[in-house]
Formats: sequence, structure tokens, C-alpha cells
Amino acid sequence: MSTTSTSSPLAAPRDPYKRQKTTRSNYELYSWVFMRASGVVLIVLIFGHLFVNLMVGEGVHAIDFGFVAGKWASPFWQVWDLLMLWLAMIHGTNGVRTIINDYAQRDGTRLVLKGALYLAFVVVTVLGTLVVFTFDPCPPNALDYQLPSFCFTGRP
Amino acid sequence: MPSAPAGTLYRGREGMWSWVAHRVTGVLIFFFLLVHVLDTALVRVSPEAYDAVIGTYKTVVMGLGEAGLVAAIVFHAFNGVRIILVDFWAKGPKYQRTMLWVVVGLFAVTMAGFLPRHLMNVFGGGH
Repeated sequence: MSTTSTSSPLAAPRDPYKRQKTTRSNYELYSWVFMRASGVVLIVLIFGHLFVNLMVGEGVHAIDFGFVAGKWASPFWQVWDLLMLWLAMIHGTNGVRTIINDYAQRDGTRLVLKGALYLAFVVVTVLGTLVVFTFDPCPPNALDYQLPSFCFTGRP
Repeated sequence: MPSAPAGTLYRGREGMWSWVAHRVTGVLIFFFLLVHVLDTALVRVSPEAYDAVIGTYKTVVMGLGEAGLVAAIVFHAFNGVRIILVDFWAKGPKYQRTMLWVVVGLFAVTMAGFLPRHLMNVFGGGH
């Protein structure tokens, strides 16, 4: 009898029923979508990159400073390579993040591995971005034979 | 002793092994990407530094490594399209095994186009 008389008032009786309060965001959904969307774009960017650098002309033997300078003199290849850098780094980092989550069972191990992964992501992506934006195709300390031909147009 | 349910999409056989191969190639490509951005960044140091390091990419050992890298990328790319089709195409799960053999076929054709050209560049000397 005493159990019925002890009243514990409900905080909010009209609250809608929730099986569990979720604090999660849709992060994993967006990551799943990103992997597929970026993957399609990366196929075009990387296949184009490999074809131009390995298949055209002398292939890998033609690659030197002058080759890179010739490509990055054009905004087209600057945008191409910058987009490829960012999409590939995010796609790859997210893929390795998934693998770490799958196989590293201890909390500490996951923390250390993902910390190293995100550090590598920031260092490599920032460095690559700076290189694409601050690149000088005709640096003053270079020897003539190392430079692309357009460095000499207009020179007496 | 419970037995594995038959007909599960990703348990054993082609479905699982293509998933394993997708992970292995993905990790390989990611680590090469890290190195590749760093070596390309040497263009900001000096033309000599860049040419010296990129020169090591033109040796026979590295040339074979490049062939393996391109193989990993080509498989990862085609199998990635297969994964997208399994996810978004209504009949994707039904044909996932067939699509893997299409992936293997396209991989063989692409590598047949790439390898002779690249190996001629690697072993032919170029310069």
C-alpha cells in the first residue's frame, strides 16, 4: 500500500518516448557519401595524372624540374593538382581512419594511431598546398638547363 | 557447431576477398601519396634537389614499383566503382560477383595497355 502513496512526480509527463537519447551526428553518413563522391572524381584526376606523367612522351624519364615547372605554369594543372591533393588526402585519411577503428581495439592504441594519422594529414596537405601556390618556375638560383624554355623568352 | 549462413554478401569468396584487396591497395596508395607529396615539395628547395630525388624514380627497381603502384590504383579505382554500384544500383548486390570479374577483366585490359609502354620507358633507358 505504501508504494502507491509515495509519489515521484514525473519531470515532464508529455515528453515523447525516445528509445535512447542520441548524441551522435551524421558524421559517419557524410564520410560514407564523401568516399563515393570523391572516389569518382579521383578516378578522373589520377588516371589523367598517370597518363600525362607516365604514358605521354618518354614517360617517367621526362619528369624533372622543368617538366613540373612547365605544368604548374598553367592554372589548369595547378587547380588539377590542388584538387587531387585535397581529395586524395581526405579520401585516404578517412580510409585509414576506418581501418584503425576496425583493428585497433584498445582506446590508447586508437588514440595514438589516429593522432599520428591526423598529424600526417595536416603536415602533408598544408605543405602540398603551399608548394602549389608559392611555386616559382624560374628560380634565380637555378642553372639554365634545369629550367623550362619559357623562362628565357624576352631575355636578350 | 553453428555454420555460416549461406548467401551472405560479404562472407568468404569473391565478396570478402575483393574487400580485403580494396583495403590493402588503399593503404599502399595512401602511404605512397604521403611520400609523393613530400618528394614533389622538393621543387621549392631547388631544381637540383628535386631532380636528384626524382632520378631515383627512374631506376629499374623503382620502375617495377611504379608498375605495382599503378596496378594497385587501377584495381582500387575499378573496384571502387563496383562498390558504388553495389550501394546505389538496385541490382548491384545481385551482380556483385559478376561485377568483380568485370573489374578483373577491365584491370587486365588497362594493365595490358599501360605495362608495355611503361616497361619500355623503364628498361629502354629514355635519356
